[in-house]
Amino acid sequence: MEEKLITVTSTPHIRSKDTIEKIMLDVIIALMPACIAGAYFFGIKAISILLLSVASCVGFELLFQKAVKKPQTVTDLSAVVTGLLLAMNLPVSSPLWMPIVGAFVAIILVKQLFGGLGQNFINPALLARAFLLTSYLPEMTEWTVDGVATVTPLENLKNGVLPVTQDYINALLGTNLGGCIGEVSAVALLLGGIYLILKRVISWRIPVMYLLTVFLLSFVLRRGSGIAPVPFYELITGGLLLGAIFMATDYSTSPITPNGKIIMGIGCGILTVLIRFYGGYPEGVSFAILLMNLAVPLIDRFCKPRVYGVSKKKKQALRGGE
Amino acid sequence: MRKLTFKNGIHPEESKVSTSALPLETILPKAGLEMVYPLVQNTGAPCKPIVQIGDEVCLGQKIADSEAFVSSPVHSSVSGIVKGMRKALTPTGVIADAIVIENDGKNIKWDTLKSYNDYTLLSKEEIIKKIREAGVVGLGGAGFPTHVKLSPPPDKKIDTVIINASECEPYLTSDHRALLDETERVLEGIRVVLRIFPDAKALIAIEDNKPDAIEKLTHATKNENSMEVKSLVTKYPQGSEKQLIYSCLKREVPSGGLPADIGALVVNVDTLIAIERAVLRDRPLIRKIVTLDGGAVKNPGNYRVRIGMSYRDFLEAVGGLKSEPAKMISGGPMMGVSMFSLDVPVIKVSSAFLCLTADEVKTYTERNCIRCGKCVSHCPMGLLPYTLNQNVVHGEMDEFLKNNGMDCVECGSCSYVCPSKRHIAQSIRSTRRHRLEQMRRGK
Repeated sequence: MEEKLITVTSTPHIRSKDTIEKIMLDVIIALMPACIAGAYFFGIKAISILLLSVASCVGFELLFQKAVKKPQTVTDLSAVVTGLLLAMNLPVSSPLWMPIVGAFVAIILVKQLFGGLGQNFINPALLARAFLLTSYLPEMTEWTVDGVATVTPLENLKNGVLPVTQDYINALLGTNLGGCIGEVSAVALLLGGIYLILKRVISWRIPVMYLLTVFLLSFVLRRGSGIAPVPFYELITGGLLLGAIFMATDYSTSPITPNGKIIMGIGCGILTVLIRFYGGYPEGVSFAILLMNLAVPLIDRFCKPRVYGVSKKKKQALRGGE
Repeated sequence: MRKLTFKNGIHPEESKVSTSALPLETILPKAGLEMVYPLVQNTGAPCKPIVQIGDEVCLGQKIADSEAFVSSPVHSSVSGIVKGMRKALTPTGVIADAIVIENDGKNIKWDTLKSYNDYTLLSKEEIIKKIREAGVVGLGGAGFPTHVKLSPPPDKKIDTVIINASECEPYLTSDHRALLDETERVLEGIRVVLRIFPDAKALIAIEDNKPDAIEKLTHATKNENSMEVKSLVTKYPQGSEKQLIYSCLKREVPSGGLPADIGALVVNVDTLIAIERAVLRDRPLIRKIVTLDGGAVKNPGNYRVRIGMSYRDFLEAVGGLKSEPAKMISGGPMMGVSMFSLDVPVIKVSSAFLCLTADEVKTYTERNCIRCGKCVSHCPMGLLPYTLNQNVVHGEMDEFLKNNGMDCVECGSCSYVCPSKRHIAQSIRSTRRHRLEQMRRGK
């Protein structure tokens, strides 16, 4: 055999077929039912917000990396995911400049300035939403269905209006419901969540613990208006499913360890219920997740898995020392 | 039978079908061939030559040895003339002194090769001495001298001898074939080891992707009271010593400790055959069962190859290549060493030779860690590989040690699963090795 150039690398020589693109594509696929539901219920305006948001996110990432002469990573699809999530967190009535401003905050301020994919410590889409909500409160809290002003289920609860059976059906399907583009159909969001868990893109720990905590606390605690607890209705309304499945599980801003994920879910659940029940806003998912994002490094620090053979050694060493 | 396993780990594609059904074949070096015997073939002190240039040596003659306890002698695997001494590259990447012998093709045997021993008449010490004299080392990959392993400190009581027949590396089938084709020798090897540890029980641990081997061994050990065949879940790195012990006994080797600390001893299949040859027939370790496979190889299979034969001569003897390989690996694709030259001798720890095509091995560029946590959920040691990788990148040695970086078994599962294709295992290994070297120098 002739001596030819041959590859020499360190081990392992084989790698799994998983790539960032595949993971992001799976998230996009999982978001599709809820996007389609949003487009169906809110019409052409919702579609234009979705597309504009995705295009702005991708565009800002492209421009930023051009400007600072960093390698282009826009093909990894993560900006598309951010764009979709941002749009899904906006009301259909929001003016068209809002997704662009939101995309700037999400991609430039939150993601790229901190080092790009995986380096941001706070969820880009959520912080963009929080920014828009606090800066443009009227635009962000104007709910319409087919151009007619309406209220969200959570506003109703806050005002002490108990849901009837039709409200449950509406919340599950997303029919005739006020809310952000991507949050209205509980069934569509759950479909996406099941897909992600089955594909092992996300672990069950954060969403399940999050929902369980909200369910239990809504059962035990009483809203300020004093109405009877409606724990199941609390689960399927507002941004809870969207947040629990797609936002709280964001890799960069959630704990990496199994036990850390459980704490993340419980923490988000407690904060969500506290804000919903006793806070000034009807919905607390965004702020709950954002606050927990900040605690992630601490959670990971205290939730390290037990290393094989290590704690036993410590115990033995203790025994030997006596 | 409940199948045994350990925590986490990965399921790489097995790629074993092209060789697992082919019986062992013996490859003999042609007359006139130059055989190269590196003096460093295993863990422990390097050997010194005990022959001189121009000497005639016989097949099986000891040609190098060392006074050190943790060392293992080297034997000639041919008869012929010592042509010279030179530096030689070994498959593990080390450049070592080596003895070069030209094969005269006559296979003149060394005197001791004529005896046959009844090992039941031998004392423990005599058995261990025979194993040492035969140059037997752990043939699973690490190459730790077997006589040292079989002499644990008297306060460590061995209650279980685990026969590592898991063979979890993709492509590798040499242990599988040895179990099928040399069953009786493997069992004799186990009996010899059990003579040294009369109170111990032997567990033959086989992954469940080798049902024929499980069946054959179960049948063959029917009447053996102290042997039992255990079926393991097929999962990488099942054959890693620490994981195997956990799978079989649910005991953990303490960090920094040895299996003997928890009463276990792990022996590889081919090592047992070497023990059988050494103790029953005074035959030194002069051949190795090597899996030859990969998309670029014309005749994949398992071959008994004489130690000292170069990979080039070995490859030529079995028909060579059918296409240009993109990567050549000595060992398995998870932990084997990628080679840049074929002019490297087969040594005691060569277990496989893979010539893989570009389709089988790709190279990747590292990208940002996306914190997906796959490395954490697959690490069989319960480490945080992404954190260790960061510690290495940032040069934080103290943090690396605090995060138990030294407990890494270098299995490569983290790199395998990483969607960002980060070289996690590589970074941890190099830091670990650097630290071990520092510790050896007493810092």
